[in-house]
Amino acid sequence: MVIECKHVWEYISEYLDGSLSPEVLEQVQKHLEHCEICSAILDSTRNILILTADERVFELPLGFSERLHAKLEAEIRSSQKS
Amino acid sequence: MKGTAENRDDAQIIASILEGNTHEFHELIRPHERSVYIMALSLLQNEADAEDAAQEAFLKAFRNLANFRGEAKFGTWLISITLNEARSRLRSRKNIKIESLDVAPDDQGNVSPALLRDWREIPSEALERKEVRLLLQQAVSDLPVIYREVFLLREVEELSVLESAETLGISIASVKVRLHRARMMLQKELVPKLKQVNPKRRWLPWL
Repeated sequence: MVIECKHVWEYISEYLDGSLSPEVLEQVQKHLEHCEICSAILDSTRNILILTADERVFELPLGFSERLHAKLEAEIRSSQKS
Repeated sequence: MKGTAENRDDAQIIASILEGNTHEFHELIRPHERSVYIMALSLLQNEADAEDAAQEAFLKAFRNLANFRGEAKFGTWLISITLNEARSRLRSRKNIKIESLDVAPDDQGNVSPALLRDWREIPSEALERKEVRLLLQQAVSDLPVIYREVFLLREVEELSVLESAETLGISIASVKVRLHRARMMLQKELVPKLKQVNPKRRWLPWL
Protein backbone atom coordinates (compact mmCIF):
# COMPACT_ATOMS: atom_id res chain seq x y z
CA MET A 1 0.00 0.00 0.00
CA VAL A 2 1.28 3.42 -0.96
CA ILE A 3 0.73 6.24 1.48
CA GLU A 4 0.60 9.95 0.81
CA CYS A 5 2.75 12.65 2.36
CA LYS A 6 0.06 13.93 4.68
CA HIS A 7 -0.34 10.47 6.15
CA VAL A 8 3.39 10.19 6.68
CA TRP A 9 3.32 13.48 8.63
CA GLU A 10 0.88 11.91 11.08
CA TYR A 11 3.42 9.19 11.81
CA ILE A 12 6.52 11.36 12.24
CA SER A 13 6.30 11.59 16.02
CA GLU A 14 5.88 7.86 16.52
CA TYR A 15 8.52 7.20 13.88
CA LEU A 16 10.99 9.25 15.92
CA ASP A 17 9.98 7.38 19.09
CA GLY A 18 10.35 4.03 17.34
CA SER A 19 6.82 3.06 18.32
CA LEU A 20 5.22 2.43 14.92
CA SER A 21 3.93 -1.05 14.14
CA PRO A 22 6.16 -2.99 11.72
CA GLU A 23 3.60 -2.69 8.90
CA VAL A 24 3.24 1.07 9.19
CA LEU A 25 6.96 1.50 9.69
CA GLU A 26 7.63 -0.28 6.43
CA GLN A 27 5.17 1.92 4.53
CA VAL A 28 6.65 5.06 6.03
CA GLN A 29 10.21 3.98 5.27
CA LYS A 30 9.33 3.19 1.68
CA HIS A 31 7.76 6.60 1.31
CA LEU A 32 10.75 8.34 2.89
CA GLU A 33 13.12 6.64 0.46
CA HIS A 34 11.73 8.51 -2.50
CA CYS A 35 10.12 11.60 -0.93
CA GLU A 36 12.60 14.38 -0.26
CA ILE A 37 9.93 16.60 1.28
CA CYS A 38 8.93 14.11 3.97
CA SER A 39 12.59 13.25 4.55
CA ALA A 40 13.40 16.90 5.12
CA ILE A 41 10.43 17.29 7.47
CA LEU A 42 11.64 14.29 9.44
CA ASP A 43 15.24 15.51 9.56
CA SER A 44 14.26 19.03 10.59
CA THR A 45 11.92 17.75 13.31
CA ARG A 46 14.61 15.44 14.69
CA ASN A 47 17.12 18.29 14.60
CA ILE A 48 14.76 20.65 16.44
CA LEU A 49 14.09 18.05 19.14
CA ILE A 50 17.81 17.57 19.73
CA LEU A 51 18.31 21.32 20.01
CA THR A 52 15.39 21.94 22.40
CA ALA A 53 16.49 19.09 24.67
CA ASP A 54 19.95 20.63 25.03
CA GLU A 55 20.72 21.82 28.56
CA ARG A 56 21.76 25.23 27.30
CA VAL A 57 18.24 26.12 26.12
CA PHE A 58 16.55 26.13 29.52
CA GLU A 59 19.01 27.19 32.17
CA LEU A 60 18.58 27.73 35.87
CA PRO A 61 18.63 31.37 36.96
CA LEU A 62 21.93 32.51 38.45
CA GLY A 63 22.12 31.61 42.15
CA PHE A 64 19.06 29.36 41.99
CA SER A 65 20.82 26.46 43.62
CA GLU A 66 22.31 28.52 46.46
CA ARG A 67 18.96 30.11 47.29
CA LEU A 68 17.18 26.77 47.15
CA HIS A 69 19.61 24.98 49.44
CA ALA A 70 19.58 27.85 51.93
CA LYS A 71 15.80 27.54 52.15
CA LEU A 72 16.01 23.78 52.48
CA GLU A 73 18.64 24.09 55.19
CA ALA A 74 16.34 26.33 57.21
CA GLU A 75 13.51 23.84 56.80
CA ILE A 76 15.69 20.89 57.72
CA ARG A 77 16.99 22.65 60.83
CA SER A 78 13.51 23.54 61.99
CA SER A 79 12.36 19.96 61.40
CA GLN A 80 15.17 18.72 63.65
CA LYS A 81 14.10 21.00 66.48
CA SER A 82 10.49 19.83 66.46
CA MET B 1 29.31 14.74 42.85
CA LYS B 2 30.75 13.71 46.14
CA GLY B 3 32.62 10.43 45.90
CA THR B 4 31.07 8.75 48.90
CA ALA B 5 27.52 9.11 47.67
CA GLU B 6 28.00 8.32 44.02
CA ASN B 7 26.68 4.81 44.04
CA ARG B 8 23.79 5.20 46.41
CA ASP B 9 20.44 5.08 44.76
CA ASP B 10 17.50 7.29 45.59
CA ALA B 11 15.75 4.60 47.67
CA GLN B 12 18.77 4.25 49.97
CA ILE B 13 19.13 7.99 50.41
CA ILE B 14 15.43 8.39 51.13
CA ALA B 15 15.52 5.60 53.73
CA SER B 16 18.48 7.28 55.38
CA ILE B 17 16.74 10.66 55.42
CA LEU B 18 13.65 9.13 57.00
CA GLU B 19 15.87 7.56 59.65
CA GLY B 20 16.94 11.04 60.67
CA ASN B 21 19.81 11.97 58.36
CA THR B 22 17.72 14.85 57.09
CA HIS B 23 20.67 16.83 55.74
CA GLU B 24 20.99 14.21 52.99
CA PHE B 25 17.93 15.72 51.36
CA HIS B 26 20.30 18.27 49.79
CA GLU B 27 22.11 15.47 48.01
CA LEU B 28 18.89 13.72 47.01
CA ILE B 29 17.43 16.64 45.13
CA ARG B 30 20.57 18.03 43.48
CA PRO B 31 20.09 16.11 40.19
CA HIS B 32 16.48 17.32 39.96
CA GLU B 33 16.85 21.07 40.40
CA ARG B 34 16.78 21.91 36.73
CA SER B 35 13.88 19.63 35.83
CA VAL B 36 11.70 20.94 38.65
CA TYR B 37 12.46 24.54 37.70
CA ILE B 38 11.71 23.92 34.02
CA MET B 39 8.34 22.34 34.74
CA ALA B 40 7.39 25.22 37.04
CA LEU B 41 8.52 27.69 34.41
CA SER B 42 6.57 25.90 31.70
CA LEU B 43 3.31 26.62 33.49
CA LEU B 44 4.04 29.93 35.18
CA GLN B 45 5.99 31.51 32.29
CA ASN B 46 7.84 33.81 34.65
CA GLU B 47 11.28 33.18 36.15
CA ALA B 48 10.64 34.60 39.61
CA ASP B 49 7.33 32.76 40.03
CA ALA B 50 8.89 29.58 38.71
CA GLU B 51 11.76 29.78 41.20
CA ASP B 52 9.34 30.39 44.03
CA ALA B 53 7.14 27.47 43.01
CA ALA B 54 10.17 25.22 42.56
CA GLN B 55 11.41 26.03 46.07
CA GLU B 56 7.97 25.33 47.50
CA ALA B 57 7.77 22.03 45.61
CA PHE B 58 11.10 20.92 47.12
CA LEU B 59 9.97 21.95 50.60
CA LYS B 60 6.74 19.99 50.15
CA ALA B 61 8.70 16.99 48.94
CA PHE B 62 10.83 17.18 52.09
CA ARG B 63 7.82 17.43 54.39
CA ASN B 64 6.01 14.60 52.60
CA LEU B 65 8.95 12.34 51.92
CA ALA B 66 7.48 9.58 54.12
CA ASN B 67 4.57 9.40 51.67
CA PHE B 68 6.82 8.57 48.76
CA ARG B 69 6.19 4.91 48.10
CA GLY B 70 8.79 4.25 45.48
CA GLU B 71 6.26 3.08 42.90
CA ALA B 72 7.30 5.89 40.60
CA LYS B 73 10.81 7.26 40.25
CA PHE B 74 11.65 9.95 42.78
CA GLY B 75 12.13 12.44 39.94
CA THR B 76 8.67 11.72 38.55
CA TRP B 77 7.13 12.14 42.01
CA LEU B 78 8.89 15.49 42.35
CA ILE B 79 7.55 16.63 38.98
CA SER B 80 4.00 15.74 40.04
CA ILE B 81 4.39 17.85 43.17
CA THR B 82 5.80 20.68 41.06
CA LEU B 83 2.96 20.60 38.54
CA ASN B 84 0.40 20.65 41.37
CA GLU B 85 2.17 23.58 42.99
CA ALA B 86 2.40 25.52 39.72
CA ARG B 87 -1.22 24.78 38.80
CA SER B 88 -2.55 25.95 42.14
CA ARG B 89 -0.56 29.17 41.71
CA LEU B 90 -1.97 29.63 38.22
CA ARG B 91 -5.50 29.21 39.51
CA SER B 92 -4.95 31.75 42.24
CA ARG B 93 -3.66 34.42 39.87
CA LYS B 94 -6.68 36.63 39.95
CA ASN B 95 -8.02 38.74 37.11
CA ILE B 96 -5.62 37.13 34.70
CA LYS B 97 -7.10 35.22 31.87
CA ILE B 98 -5.30 31.94 31.70
CA GLU B 99 -5.49 29.02 29.39
CA SER B 100 -7.70 26.26 30.67
CA LEU B 101 -5.70 23.45 32.18
CA ASP B 102 -8.54 21.01 31.97
CA VAL B 103 -9.90 21.23 28.46
CA ALA B 104 -8.14 18.77 26.22
CA PRO B 105 -8.73 19.67 22.58
CA ASP B 106 -7.24 16.42 21.36
CA ASP B 107 -9.74 16.24 18.57
CA GLN B 108 -8.52 19.43 16.92
CA GLY B 109 -7.40 19.23 13.33
CA ASN B 110 -3.99 18.05 12.26
CA VAL B 111 -0.97 20.28 12.33
CA SER B 112 0.78 20.55 8.98
CA PRO B 113 4.54 20.85 9.11
CA ALA B 114 6.60 23.48 7.33
CA LEU B 115 7.43 22.09 3.91
CA LEU B 116 10.96 21.98 2.64
CA ARG B 117 13.03 19.89 0.28
CA ASP B 118 16.26 19.70 2.17
CA TRP B 119 17.36 20.28 5.72
CA ARG B 120 20.86 21.35 6.58
CA GLU B 121 21.39 20.24 10.12
CA ILE B 122 21.75 22.95 12.72
CA PRO B 123 24.62 21.74 14.90
CA SER B 124 24.41 21.98 18.68
CA GLU B 125 27.19 24.57 18.60
CA ALA B 126 24.58 27.01 17.29
CA LEU B 127 23.23 27.06 20.86
CA GLU B 128 26.24 29.10 21.87
CA ARG B 129 24.34 31.94 20.26
CA LYS B 130 21.79 33.58 22.49
CA GLU B 131 19.45 34.37 19.60
CA VAL B 132 19.16 30.64 18.86
CA ARG B 133 18.45 29.76 22.49
CA LEU B 134 15.82 32.49 22.65
CA LEU B 135 14.16 31.28 19.46
CA LEU B 136 13.81 27.81 20.92
CA GLN B 137 12.64 29.01 24.34
CA GLN B 138 10.06 31.25 22.75
CA ALA B 139 8.73 28.55 20.45
CA VAL B 140 8.30 26.13 23.36
CA SER B 141 6.66 28.70 25.60
CA ASP B 142 4.28 29.67 22.77
CA LEU B 143 2.90 26.13 22.62
CA PRO B 144 -0.58 25.71 24.13
CA VAL B 145 -0.09 24.58 27.71
CA ILE B 146 -1.34 21.01 27.28
CA TYR B 147 1.17 20.45 24.48
CA ARG B 148 3.97 22.28 26.28
CA GLU B 149 3.66 20.06 29.37
CA VAL B 150 3.81 16.82 27.43
CA PHE B 151 6.62 18.07 25.23
CA LEU B 152 8.83 19.07 28.17
CA LEU B 153 8.15 15.87 30.09
CA ARG B 154 9.17 13.77 27.11
CA GLU B 155 11.94 15.80 25.52
CA VAL B 156 13.54 17.68 28.37
CA GLU B 157 12.73 15.53 31.40
CA GLU B 158 13.09 12.37 29.31
CA LEU B 159 10.08 10.63 30.83
CA SER B 160 8.59 7.70 28.92
CA VAL B 161 5.17 7.97 27.30
CA LEU B 162 3.74 5.91 30.16
CA GLU B 163 5.41 8.03 32.86
CA SER B 164 4.21 11.21 31.15
CA ALA B 165 0.66 9.84 31.06
CA GLU B 166 0.78 8.94 34.75
CA THR B 167 2.30 12.26 35.77
CA LEU B 168 -0.35 14.24 33.91
CA GLY B 169 -3.23 11.88 34.68
CA ILE B 170 -4.09 11.44 30.99
CA SER B 171 -4.18 8.44 28.66
CA ILE B 172 -1.22 7.16 26.70
CA ALA B 173 -3.13 7.95 23.50
CA SER B 174 -3.50 11.58 24.62
CA VAL B 175 0.21 11.81 25.38
CA LYS B 176 1.03 10.58 21.90
CA VAL B 177 -1.40 12.93 20.18
CA ARG B 178 -0.26 15.95 22.17
CA LEU B 179 3.39 15.11 21.71
CA HIS B 180 2.92 14.76 17.98
CA ARG B 181 1.14 18.11 17.74
CA ALA B 182 3.78 19.80 19.88
CA ARG B 183 6.58 18.48 17.71
CA MET B 184 4.82 19.48 14.48
CA MET B 185 4.01 22.93 15.84
CA LEU B 186 7.65 23.45 16.77
CA GLN B 187 8.83 22.23 13.37
CA LYS B 188 6.40 24.57 11.63
CA GLU B 189 7.38 27.52 13.80
CA LEU B 190 11.11 26.97 13.94
CA VAL B 191 12.09 25.75 10.49
CA PRO B 192 11.60 29.11 8.74
CA LYS B 193 13.39 30.92 11.58
CA LEU B 194 16.28 28.54 12.00
CA LYS B 195 17.06 28.61 8.29
CA GLN B 196 17.88 32.29 8.72
CA VAL B 197 20.16 31.75 11.66
CA ASN B 198 23.20 31.59 9.45
CA PRO B 199 22.62 33.73 6.37
CA LYS B 200 25.87 32.60 4.82
CA ARG B 201 24.67 29.04 4.72
CA ARG B 202 23.12 28.07 1.40
CA TRP B 203 19.64 26.66 1.60
CA LEU B 204 17.73 24.96 -1.14
CA PRO B 205 14.48 26.65 -2.16
CA TRP B 206 11.41 26.16 -0.03
CA LEU B 207 8.13 24.90 -1.40
